[in-house]
Amino acid sequence: MKEMLQIVLAAALVENVVLSQFLGLCPFLGVSKKVKTAASMGAAVIFVITISSAVTSLIYQYILAANGLEFLETIVFILVIAALVQLVEMFLKKSSPALYQALGVYLPLITTNCAVLGVALINVQENYNVLYSILNGFGTAVGFTIAIVIMAGIREKLEGCDVPKAFQGTPIVLITAGLMAMAFIGFSGLF
Amino acid sequence: MKMKGCTERIYNGLIKENPTFVLMLGMCPTMAVTSSAFNALGMGLTTTVVLVMSNFVISAMRKMIPDKVRIPAYIVIVATLVTIVQLLLKAYIPSLDSALGIYIPLIVVNCIILGRAESYASKNPPLLSAFDGVGMGLGFTLGLTCIGIFRELLGSGTLFGAVQVIPEDFTISLFVMAPGAFFVLAFLIAAQNAYRNRKAAVAGEAGDFSAAANDSGLACGGNCASCFGAVCTENRGKLAANMEKVAGSGAGTAQSVGKAAASSAKSAVKPAKQASVSENSAETKGGTKA
Repeated sequence: MKEMLQIVLAAALVENVVLSQFLGLCPFLGVSKKVKTAASMGAAVIFVITISSAVTSLIYQYILAANGLEFLETIVFILVIAALVQLVEMFLKKSSPALYQALGVYLPLITTNCAVLGVALINVQENYNVLYSILNGFGTAVGFTIAIVIMAGIREKLEGCDVPKAFQGTPIVLITAGLMAMAFIGFSGLF
Repeated sequence: MKMKGCTERIYNGLIKENPTFVLMLGMCPTMAVTSSAFNALGMGLTTTVVLVMSNFVISAMRKMIPDKVRIPAYIVIVATLVTIVQLLLKAYIPSLDSALGIYIPLIVVNCIILGRAESYASKNPPLLSAFDGVGMGLGFTLGLTCIGIFRELLGSGTLFGAVQVIPEDFTISLFVMAPGAFFVLAFLIAAQNAYRNRKAAVAGEAGDFSAAANDSGLACGGNCASCFGAVCTENRGKLAANMEKVAGSGAGTAQSVGKAAASSAKSAVKPAKQASVSENSAETKGGTKA
């Protein structure tokens, strides 16, 4: 139990996917203008990464590793993730229109998010079993959500600030992200 | 004539449309692996190899691949090539493989690769596409290595891990850590903005691409430079409409950009490229030298 909690916390805070692993930077910079949209994006990411970790880890353990086909992991994972996102989108559209309305626009964007593939590959690298992979995926996605929501909150405040002209837009966001990354280094003393 | 085209592609990738400094593509690996110059160089060269091969293969197969399934087809081709390169690295340069870790398989989702496939290789003959890959790849390598040398020099005081240039007591280790990557990139983009602003002021350009993207209300934030756009043709239409709106209130240069965007809303020409087009036209208008 303790170990499980440790995996989730480590993935969410200590090795934050955006601020220390640099995965999923594009949505982090692109969709962090408003807290509301950032939170929706975060929810969509949690949803997709948790499911995709489960599926890719099952496929890796029972199909690839069982047949000595580990070298196919990259090809299989990227295709599975792309197909999975489409499926999730179709499924949501049919079964839960309300949730689809909330997450809909963000789902296709996630296919191109390197964090999803990154988590699947980290699960393999760390030799996590299926349960631990799901936990790691969930933790990573929660970490992404925390980072993007905090960033959106700061950016809403930044709107009214007098930022030097050259630093407007992406540069000031990156500097904010750098300061957040410094703060997140503090979590490395957690374990 | 043919030779000229090839060298032009290399110049284009290295300088004119440098993926790191001008197009701002592939930011994730740029920040992740530049903590040392050697890793940055290795990552750049690995990406170059993949890019040259993927451009060549995709260009050679461009007439066979049906338009509707081209993105999945490209992804499969790129993933195959990345796997081959990864296995070769594991066998011959295991130290680099372990240093770069998951960032090697992640080359698959590097937007430079699919971006070039979509915007160049799918429309041009194999040889030119391969040279486009060489140019873009070397441009990426150049960008990564510059950032890598800078961060390593300030962060650990060494050059390629060999020569101690700055004594260890005077280094700022923050630069080799994660925050350093964000800061270095922020200043890089700010410098570029300052340069663009000055040029825009010379040309009297009012609206620019990022302005159009900023208030278009797109879900993805309009950050097309870092998106290979399989899914957002709809977004692109919105963006083009918005650019025309901005262009309508702006000066002539912006208008031409808006038109360019509208005409290319269907084809997947990178908007970042259009931004550089606007830059070029601003240049000719203002009569300044590059």
